[in-house]
Amino acid sequence: MSDPILSVHDLTIDIPMGQGTMHAVRGIGFDLKRGETLCIVGESGSGKSLTSLAIMGLLPKNLKRAASRLEFARIDLQHQKPRQMRDLRGNRMAMIFQEPMTSLNPAYTIGDQLEEAYLLHNKTGRAEARARAVALLGKVGITAAESRLSQYPHQLSGGLRQRVMIAMALMCAPELIIADEPTTALDVTIQAQILRLLADLQREMNMAMILVTHDLGVVARIADKVAVMYAGEVVEQGTAQEIFRHPRHPYTRGLLRCIPVPGKTKPGEHLGSIPGIVPSLIGRMEGCAFRTRCDVAEAACASAVPERHTETGHAWRCIHENEGHENEGRVPA
Amino acid sequence: MLAFTLKRLGLAVLVTLTVSLLSFSLLFMSGDPASAIAGENASASDVDAIRALYGFDRPFLVQYGDWLTSALRGDFGQSYYFKMPVSELIADRLSITMLLGVCGISFALLTAVPLGVAAAMRPNTLIDRTALFISVMGQAMPSFWFGLVLIVIFSIRLNWLPPSGSNGWQNFIMPTVVLGYYAMPAIMRLTRAGMLEVLGADYIRTARAKGASEMRVMFKHALRNAVVPVVSLAAVQMGFMLGGSIVVESIFALHGAGYLAWESIARNDLPTVQALILIFSLFYIVFTFLSDLANAWLDPRIRVG
Ligand SMILES: Nc1ncnc2c1ncn2[C@@H]1O[C@H](COP(=O)(O)OP(=O)(O)O)[C@@H](O)[C@H]1O
Ligand code: SF4
Ligand SMILES: [Mg+2]
Repeated sequence: MSDPILSVHDLTIDIPMGQGTMHAVRGIGFDLKRGETLCIVGESGSGKSLTSLAIMGLLPKNLKRAASRLEFARIDLQHQKPRQMRDLRGNRMAMIFQEPMTSLNPAYTIGDQLEEAYLLHNKTGRAEARARAVALLGKVGITAAESRLSQYPHQLSGGLRQRVMIAMALMCAPELIIADEPTTALDVTIQAQILRLLADLQREMNMAMILVTHDLGVVARIADKVAVMYAGEVVEQGTAQEIFRHPRHPYTRGLLRCIPVPGKTKPGEHLGSIPGIVPSLIGRMEGCAFRTRCDVAEAACASAVPERHTETGHAWRCIHENEGHENEGRVPA
Repeated sequence: MLAFTLKRLGLAVLVTLTVSLLSFSLLFMSGDPASAIAGENASASDVDAIRALYGFDRPFLVQYGDWLTSALRGDFGQSYYFKMPVSELIADRLSITMLLGVCGISFALLTAVPLGVAAAMRPNTLIDRTALFISVMGQAMPSFWFGLVLIVIFSIRLNWLPPSGSNGWQNFIMPTVVLGYYAMPAIMRLTRAGMLEVLGADYIRTARAKGASEMRVMFKHALRNAVVPVVSLAAVQMGFMLGGSIVVESIFALHGAGYLAWESIARNDLPTVQALILIFSLFYIVFTFLSDLANAWLDPRIRVG
């Protein structure tokens, strides 16, 4: 079972704009095995959602996707007809979005929408779809599941709607699930519950999972692998162990430094703030995109930056081989 | 849903009463009704006799009450001009107008909604531009001119369709097209705008993520949400067609209720005008009520609190 379920190599996404082309995602890649969890972290605008949508084949039509390899379960996603992609989507690969309040159709009941997810891919009757819906609503922790089926989205809270979205994504027992910041729009108290639920279901159903999140505490707890994105690139990736214990890239170090630590972080200290501005991604890109904010930048950072990696697969892009800050990063509580 | 229906129904009844009061007052706003009936050369005693005969000397509210109770029974009095019961006069004419209205709105919806959806599916393409062109034409061309153009082409040149009259279904084709084309542009653009907005919604992306086909996304997930304002607009247009198709009825000499209204106003035939105003308003009220119900059915946020 060492064959990857998902293989992404040199993925680029270009967005044609009035002033030129925006290179929103540039040459990123990762492999994911069955049952593995990859967490993608990085500040907003770094291309995490575009990457997720590109895998699902859901990018807006005007965006251009290219890759040297984009395979799901050995299926070349770049050469699938629309109809073949539809057969995969919602069936073998599913996605959960950031906006639970608006991601359900206001005109149909929860039951209709759950059943649809099943019936689109299974030639069975409604009764079976309904039974599956009830079972999954129970699984995602919704009580009185039976009676929820006739409710409409606007009658449910944000947390419940996201649970429904999770249940919907799981209707066909997908092999890959992509959750794009599934809790960002929710109350802090509910965030933890939903993430724990996702992690449990992932393990129980042995799915591969890509979780996009800002919560490094969650990453530390559930990630097998971590990819750190900055301005459209994966600047560092590796196992969760490697990333947290030996972060190599200055941006990763910055992120890890920003985690609040009980007793150490002063009240009011801003979270996740690394000073400086993100460069424009429009037009030709050269050198390290992080150099406008990097405190160990040198002149060489303006030209091609080498990709470095260890034998274990820990990889990063920086002119510095190793800054020697071993063990500086810490695993957040 | 029941509470919603009752609330809307109560509102409709209230509006109906207000409109009936207004249309009844019309009789007194246009001067002394007795002298109007008697004519310009009548003597003062003749006018007094008529005033007593029609009961114009009684208190206003008593007359209104009388008129309303009769109207509820379908009795709108005698037409001054046609010398026959207003109700009989109207019943005949109304069936023509209603037929024309139903055909007109159907034509408008059947062309406007598919065109609007197609335009929204492919914005800024040839389909979209064509739809826009058709709708701008519809708005720029006055109905009477379009009607005459059709008559010249299909009746005079090709001799396919009768230019006037109301004897057979052929008589209704051109009026339907003219009336429907008048209502089409607004419906088309509202459908297009609604679809474009809805297609950007997160739940459309969810539907695609489930593996739904493009047709399913368009018609099951998008149109159902985009069509809500279209229903309200179509209801208003329908009310307008039933009351205001005077121009179209005149061009094609379809003697319907719109044409009757024009005749009655010109001849100061107040009982007929009153009755027509009340009935035209009732159409608006009924269609608004029906569209509220349709929207509540389409959008559960309206019906389920
Ligand atoms: N449809 C689009 N059209 C134009 N720009 C887009 C579109 N989608 C995303 N972008 C831009 O691409 C960049 C990456 O977006 P995204 O993947 O959503 O970032 P993230 O999810 O990491 O916050 C952002 O700068 C965003 O503004
Ligand atoms: S390449 Fe240069 S600018 Fe980029 S992270 Fe490394 S040191 Fe900083
Ligand atoms: Mg995002």
